[in-house]
Amino acid sequence: MDNRELNKIRTLITKHKRNDYLFSILGMFIVASLAITLLILFLDLIFDGYPKFGIDFFTNFPSRRPDAAGILSAWVGSALVLIVTFFVAVPLGVAAGVYLEEYSKKGILADLIEINVANLAGVPSIIYGLLALGLFVYEFGLGQSILTAGLTLALLMLPIVIVSTREAIRAIPIHIREAAFAVGATKWQVTIDHIIQYSMGGILTGIIIGLARAIGETAPVITIGALTFIAFLPPSPISETIPFINFEWLEAGFTVLPIQMFNWISRPEHAFHINAAATGAVIIVLTLVMNAFAIKIRYNIRKKIKW
Amino acid sequence: MINKKNETIKAEAKNFEFFYADGTHALKNINLPIYEKRITALIGPSGCGKSTFLRSFNRMHDLYPGNKYKGEIILYPDNTNILAKKVDPIEVRMRISMVFQKPNPFPKSIYENVAYGLRVRGENNKRIVDEKVEEALKGASLWNEVKDRLQDLAFNLSGGQQQRLCIARALATDPEIILFDEPTSALDPIATVNIEELMSELRKKLSILIVTHNMQQAARISDYTAYMYLGEMVEFDETDKIFTNPSKKKTEDYITGKFG
Repeated sequence: MDNRELNKIRTLITKHKRNDYLFSILGMFIVASLAITLLILFLDLIFDGYPKFGIDFFTNFPSRRPDAAGILSAWVGSALVLIVTFFVAVPLGVAAGVYLEEYSKKGILADLIEINVANLAGVPSIIYGLLALGLFVYEFGLGQSILTAGLTLALLMLPIVIVSTREAIRAIPIHIREAAFAVGATKWQVTIDHIIQYSMGGILTGIIIGLARAIGETAPVITIGALTFIAFLPPSPISETIPFINFEWLEAGFTVLPIQMFNWISRPEHAFHINAAATGAVIIVLTLVMNAFAIKIRYNIRKKIKW
Repeated sequence: MINKKNETIKAEAKNFEFFYADGTHALKNINLPIYEKRITALIGPSGCGKSTFLRSFNRMHDLYPGNKYKGEIILYPDNTNILAKKVDPIEVRMRISMVFQKPNPFPKSIYENVAYGLRVRGENNKRIVDEKVEEALKGASLWNEVKDRLQDLAFNLSGGQQQRLCIARALATDPEIILFDEPTSALDPIATVNIEELMSELRKKLSILIVTHNMQQAARISDYTAYMYLGEMVEFDETDKIFTNPSKKKTEDYITGKFG
């Protein structure tokens, strides 16, 4: 190859490499602008809300006096609602995902279900609120309770869990699946001993991302009639007498963090806006912590699984 | 059933046909005996249906809807037609193990990989499982290399070791036949020699059916060889005969490298 040809190739490579360079600049710009927007939002909330950060804010009930008001009933409400959501959405969602991937016959029906599940993930959350109002509150008579809210958010979270379960199962290579069947395992044994275990990272990620979404949901919870001012806690789930657990809290009225925040924002006094900002910061921190946790779990599980 | 060399037939395909879900007629009228404690090799160009045939022996095709078998594969001495609708594929897989092309250990410990076949059969007695795992790993000539790290994850082993682990997994449940689907095609030459020696060792205890792309390998290790082409069984005979004096022109062309 003479020098002229060599130079031609080099020019060509330089030209092509320019595309790599341009794309990475563009990508970096987009990612940075998103990250900076979130950061500014977060910092803004912190600057506005910082006078409220202290133990009192978490242990006080809401109050007419802004400086005495806290988010006790809101975070307890959020936690209890999320517990219901978790215990409803996780078993149903994982079971549905496993069924659709492993058991259901492929065909028109499966395709229809597939499209529906994918669509459910995109339905505006207020629609779920209306459904819940009609079904859980009036039809089933569950009232404007923690149970109703938990079920509603579970509906919202279900498609996320189903989709992530299916994706995680699909990522298991076919030769691992065949290896399990080849030693004489039944479908159920393959599912329990292999499929669920190997897809656990993806499933857990989906669960946590779903919960993180549920914790910030406001519209459906307002629709089913969450209270905006609550100065008491639901009955404790743990009791002193046998059987040590009670479920009265499921029927209790409640509020959740985003509703508390919404309530304070709609007040005219500026002092309440400080409370709202502080609550917003709490919600963002919770979401960040949950997402970080999801990434950590996924990383740990992936480290143990190689194909 | 006994042939002229006083060998017993372990399994036999009779007028066997196979159709994939898309209607492809992949195997046509295959007749083949598999002798007990002998190695039978299936050779032929890519796409001739040898892997498809092998995978019929443990009903692997049942995992995917729409595939159809015709004819029979009889397992002796009990005369079970393993393709019969009333015979559960799981029962077949409990009697006939399989080793795959690419080493495919579970992402679990070495011990659990070998023990899984026993667990599936409901064996939970730790002493028995321990014994069986040791026996299988010895049978797969892997014991000395892994006995001090049975709880290590299987994927920390080398490729050749992983394949021997898969053989141990197949051995642990005392199968009557082991199917090998190109077991050395993903391995280096030294690991390949190890696996070949291991197969000759296993031959003392059970029957082996192996698909191989490598004609030298078939010539080295097998007792019988079947040459397949376009879904048909062209010729089946003793390996020596196939490689030195085949009776069909097509077989000779393939063996001598004229095509394929």
